[in-house]
Amino acid sequence: METRQGNVAVEMTVNGEPMVGIAEPRTLLSDFLRHGLGMTGTHVGCEQGVCGACTVLIDGQPARSCLTFAVQAEGCRVDTVEGMAEGGALSDVQEAFRAEHGLQCGFCTPGFLAATEALLAENPDPTDDEIRDYLSGNICRCTGYQGIIAAVRRAAQTRKAASA
Amino acid sequence: MKPAQFDYLRPGSLAEAIEALGANPDSKVLAGGQSLIPMMNMRLARPSALVDIGRIDGLAGISANGSLRVGATTRQAEVLADATVQRRWPLITAALRHVGHPATRARGTFGGSIAHAEPAAELPAAMLALDAAFTVHRPGGTRTVAATDFFLGHYTTVLAEDELLGHVDVPALGGSHWAFAEVARRHGDYALTGVAVRLTPDADGVVTDARVALFAVSSRPVRSAAAERLLVGTRVGDAEAATAAGKVALDDIEVAEDSFVSATYRTEATAAIVRRALLEAATNPKGEN
Ligand SMILES: Cc1cc2nc3c(=O)[nH]c(=O)nc-3n(C[C@@H](O)[C@H](O)[C@H](O)COP(=O)(O)OP(=O)(O)OC[C@H]3O[C@@H](n4cnc5c(N)ncnc54)[C@H](O)[C@@H]3O)c2cc1C
Ligand code: FES
Ligand code: FES
Repeated sequence: METRQGNVAVEMTVNGEPMVGIAEPRTLLSDFLRHGLGMTGTHVGCEQGVCGACTVLIDGQPARSCLTFAVQAEGCRVDTVEGMAEGGALSDVQEAFRAEHGLQCGFCTPGFLAATEALLAENPDPTDDEIRDYLSGNICRCTGYQGIIAAVRRAAQTRKAASA
Repeated sequence: MKPAQFDYLRPGSLAEAIEALGANPDSKVLAGGQSLIPMMNMRLARPSALVDIGRIDGLAGISANGSLRVGATTRQAEVLADATVQRRWPLITAALRHVGHPATRARGTFGGSIAHAEPAAELPAAMLALDAAFTVHRPGGTRTVAATDFFLGHYTTVLAEDELLGHVDVPALGGSHWAFAEVARRHGDYALTGVAVRLTPDADGVVTDARVALFAVSSRPVRSAAAERLLVGTRVGDAEAATAAGKVALDDIEVAEDSFVSATYRTEATAAIVRRALLEAATNPKGEN
């Protein structure tokens, strides 16, 4: 049986790179990323699972990093907003959010981007209803959501065109 | 807020997990963490140790022969996406659509939702309507508990501190009518009231056996004996019977009142959705055998 007490080294692959940081068992993945690894792109809003700002991908699946202990993600692949832009160029999803005004203050955006990546991986051509349903766990206090829905639609189209 | 300190144990087998629970008083099982971690973040729970069952081989998985078996640590998202479950146990699929959001379902487990016994949770009521049976692992062996005997009250089940829910067995649904309905403030929120219905018809469409399982009305999911009694002998889809069953559904059940809604609201909304579910049951495509 593996046992962790006090400070221990935790290893995971973040945005494709093997990383090691120090965590207590109680360290949330959100805090591990932000404080342990200095990757502050993942935002923390409510810390109780309600707002979705902290959403990241764990082994390709969407997860609230505030409802996951870092030790639970040991050995897993974690993808955050920092891994999206390549060489300074926005990813297709990021570009679509920019083009459609899918953000204003940007606090919720890393979570929406991660959720959108998960949605498009599962359903490359979602209807508006499916987009709304999928993103229902993410809260935005600025945009009124219309721009976000349009951005996801645009990202889906861009991706479809690129793969055609 | 942040959780209090605890020791983290990751057993590799069921036997190790049971031993760890027994050896650490005040420890708790960690499955998907989607209910336990919020409670720990708010310090409503302060276990001294967590036993993470997420990596135990054989505790996750879906298999279907005559009946359906779902391992406790199977993610809710996986059950929701499962084609066999959709085809043969559509009541489970319908219930899961209301459980949280994609990101909570990707981590949250089927068994965790049952063991947590939140009175407003969807899956426990679906399990009551389907006559599910739960296999519980304990020191020295296992025991099987019927869904009807499992839930005791708010966040309380028959599970002892050193016991683990291992898997769930659900009998075939084929041939029965079913429906699921709830009232929630927003999709994905916990329900304010809800119902899972299963009706077994004879060759003439007359109900021979009925399950009306209510949730979010009381301290635990409950079957409405009054509504079930009333429905036997009526025709599936009979509007008068549906209205009458809705009216009596909460007879003999102590209706909860909370900061969201009054007991009166709950009683009236429950009557309305029981009626709606009973009418829908007549037209929902039946599960295949
Ligand atoms: C924003 C949000 C919205 C949600 N909305 C809903 C909703 O609408 N409906 C709903 O039903 N749920 C909802 N949930 C809760 C749901 O997501 C949880 O997944 C579920 O309640 C618990 O499952 P888990 O695997 O996450 O368990 P955990 O959080 O890991 O555990 C919950 C409890 O069950 C115990 N436990 C877990 N597995 C076992 C086992 N195999 N044997 C013994 N004990 C065990 C744990 O010790 C703990 O006490 C929501 C959660 C969030 C964060
Ligand atoms: S910070 Fe994790 S859901 Fe709000
Ligand atoms: S852009 Fe400000 S919260 Fe969404």
